[in-house]
Amino acid sequence: MSAEEKSMSIIVTKGSLDWAYPPFILATTAAAMGLPVTMFFTFYGLPLLLKDLSLQLTAAGNPAMKMPMMGGHMGLPNLLTAIPGVDAACTKMMKNLMNKKGVASIEDLRELAVEAEVRLIACQMTMDLFEYSLDDMIEGPELGGAATYIEVATESDINLFI
Amino acid sequence: MADHTLDAKGLNCPLGLNCPLPILKARKALKEVPSDGTLEILATDPGSVADFEAFCRQTGNELVEHSEDGGIYRFLIKKTAA
Repeated sequence: MSAEEKSMSIIVTKGSLDWAYPPFILATTAAAMGLPVTMFFTFYGLPLLLKDLSLQLTAAGNPAMKMPMMGGHMGLPNLLTAIPGVDAACTKMMKNLMNKKGVASIEDLRELAVEAEVRLIACQMTMDLFEYSLDDMIEGPELGGAATYIEVATESDINLFI
Repeated sequence: MADHTLDAKGLNCPLGLNCPLPILKARKALKEVPSDGTLEILATDPGSVADFEAFCRQTGNELVEHSEDGGIYRFLIKKTAA
């Protein structure tokens, strides 16, 4: 069966720097492999459509987050993650690491997704809830709700929730 | 020799581009390649071997050959799909 007959949808629910990667990597790659792709941005995933991204990550509640450091891997005890400035430092460290390892930025991946004609749907309810408007967003997203997504999902071969 | 060469090592990045950029860049470059033409890709991502095999299977293009030399992975793709 050829790739043209397959399609994919992704529900994007998380907007931290680390969680922004899986949906954009999979969407752009699937599009490159010939699949029509739809991304549905809801709750904390919605701000990933904002014109200006200032993505952050936190080590709090994330014991698996360990960074390569001094020949080993280091994480932070939960208590220390509450200190002001720690999240900013972790974010900076992660961005430096990604840059050094040739990992694309979310801004770049998002641009590639738009270029590859990935269909972007902004959840209308979340827009209302968090008081965003399409003017705050990049060019391209359309508005839709649960029924819009379900219709897409019934026609897609791969449906992911991230 | 390949008709087109794509250097996924990157110009400003000695360690090269990481997943999924080699695939995304290859897809873009393939669009410029005529039917039955070939595209040579140089990458440093070890994961690109499995990924280019899957990419070619899924898109219907032919992975003519791939090799590795000193951490540089070379792929030759023949554009056999539209």
